[in-house]
Amino acid sequence: MSYTPSPAALARIEQTLARYPERLAAILPVLQVVQAESGFISKDAEDWVAATLAVEPVRVREILSFYTMFRRAPGGRATLQVCRNISCALAGAEDILDFIKDKLAIGPGETTPDGAVTLVTAECLGHCDHAPCLQVNGVDHGPVTRETVAAIIEELKAHG
Amino acid sequence: MVENEVRLLPDDDGSWQLEAYLRRNGYQAARRALTTMSPEAVVAEVCKAVIRGRGGAGFPAGTKWGFVPKDAAGPKYLCVNADEGEPGTFKDRLILVRAPHALLEGMLIAAYGVGLRTAYVYVRAEYAGLAARLAEAIAEARAAGFLGERVFGTGFGLDVVVHLGAGAYICGEETALLESLEGRRGQPRLKPPFPATVGLFRAPTVINNVETLAAIPQILAHGADWFRGRGLPKDGGTRLFGVSGAVRRPGVYELPVGTPLRTLIEVHAGGAPDGRSVKAVIPGGLSAPVLLPDEIDIPLDVDSLAKAGSMLGSAGVVVIPDGTPMLDVLHVTARFYAHESCGKCTPCRIGTSWILKTVNRLRRDGGGPADLDHLLRLADGIRGRTLCPFGEGAALPIRALILKFRGELEQAVAR
Repeated sequence: MSYTPSPAALARIEQTLARYPERLAAILPVLQVVQAESGFISKDAEDWVAATLAVEPVRVREILSFYTMFRRAPGGRATLQVCRNISCALAGAEDILDFIKDKLAIGPGETTPDGAVTLVTAECLGHCDHAPCLQVNGVDHGPVTRETVAAIIEELKAHG
Repeated sequence: MVENEVRLLPDDDGSWQLEAYLRRNGYQAARRALTTMSPEAVVAEVCKAVIRGRGGAGFPAGTKWGFVPKDAAGPKYLCVNADEGEPGTFKDRLILVRAPHALLEGMLIAAYGVGLRTAYVYVRAEYAGLAARLAEAIAEARAAGFLGERVFGTGFGLDVVVHLGAGAYICGEETALLESLEGRRGQPRLKPPFPATVGLFRAPTVINNVETLAAIPQILAHGADWFRGRGLPKDGGTRLFGVSGAVRRPGVYELPVGTPLRTLIEVHAGGAPDGRSVKAVIPGGLSAPVLLPDEIDIPLDVDSLAKAGSMLGSAGVVVIPDGTPMLDVLHVTARFYAHESCGKCTPCRIGTSWILKTVNRLRRDGGGPADLDHLLRLADGIRGRTLCPFGEGAALPIRALILKFRGELEQAVAR
């Protein structure tokens, strides 16, 4: 197994494990620590998490294939989540999404060739009074327009 | 009484900080409960207040607490449902942002009433930034002696753990939330046994929504009668009504339960913008069947919406303006449920994806009345045949859209 978390990540994982009466309960937070550090969950990291939690590797895989926030391959330095559910759809989310796809020349689930941005669609970010909305690395933006989105993308390309 | 002290969403500066909460008489209700009341009296007061669950199901919180066996050996747990994922809902977000200590105080009162010492707050991954503020509030409360061991110098203590989800709507369903917290896929459990007897880590468990718990301190501070008087006798208190879509002032409005839907939309949210009109209203999150403009003279309470064939749900109101193609609304709805079905129950897994495929085909190639009948049959094939309410939540809005906008949809798909 070639995956080893950093001492800081390991310390956070130990703290996390202490919060639950059963080790498996820590699987989401442990994977979140791993992904925060590595950007994605490699096969080696999956095996390491399984061993740490004393479960079969399939227990980790079934989590990664169910929850949408985990990545099994490297992504961009920034993640752009575009909401397309009802309130945002009424406010023109499809147009915003088309504009972003065009601007980045990628589709949802893809990463720009320079590794700056991964684009994903989201089903309601809970920011409906700011529709249409999106999240950049967990930070909410909205209501967005083609102009504000263009500025966000420029920023990500320049400094991402 | 100062109104800002009993608002779920206070508007004083820095309202989320402990100092500000104490200025609003924060933690006084919990202090009174823990130092002068028996746990049974606390539960009785909450039962009497008839506070219906604010997450969507509308079950009375006090009754739920009363289901937990009092003499059970071993641990019991409180799970706070902060997995606010119902499309069109954004109220719990504001409690986490503006009043996290009200949530913590409500949790403290619930924990004392039920007799448990560990609570998990399950926060959706999309709210990770807000979870950081909650963690800050927990640290403040612990440092002040409001959480941890020997709260208010009593023998009672409560530990609170924040647990972040990872992107799955279904985890807002209470038994799926438990599965997720235990480290598995968020797939609902067969009930019974209900979580009150066999819940988290197989122990008796209470699961309450953020807003429900944040309102509990008011009940202990001012009494059940006062709380019921703020709303309706069978559905007490105020609620946070979210309004989004085609209104002048989208946002969250704290109003008495029973406020007419029309008043919420036209008076508080300012009505449709200039030159627009209302074509349809979703009254309680995407799962709530759509209402027509002549159906919005209805009080916003759990029973009235149910009687009208819809539901109050999460009280997330979405106003759909004139000119919106209802085939698009149908598509957004179908896509959401097909994406979020957890896959455990066959009627839901197959039904939601078949509905989406049919809607996609209608959008691409057109179709006829028989296709709409086919969609209705698929929706009826899901209803009542699933372990959890997701099945109803998917089937009922699809049905309502087709039944209420049949003429428009037939025209839209005709080639």
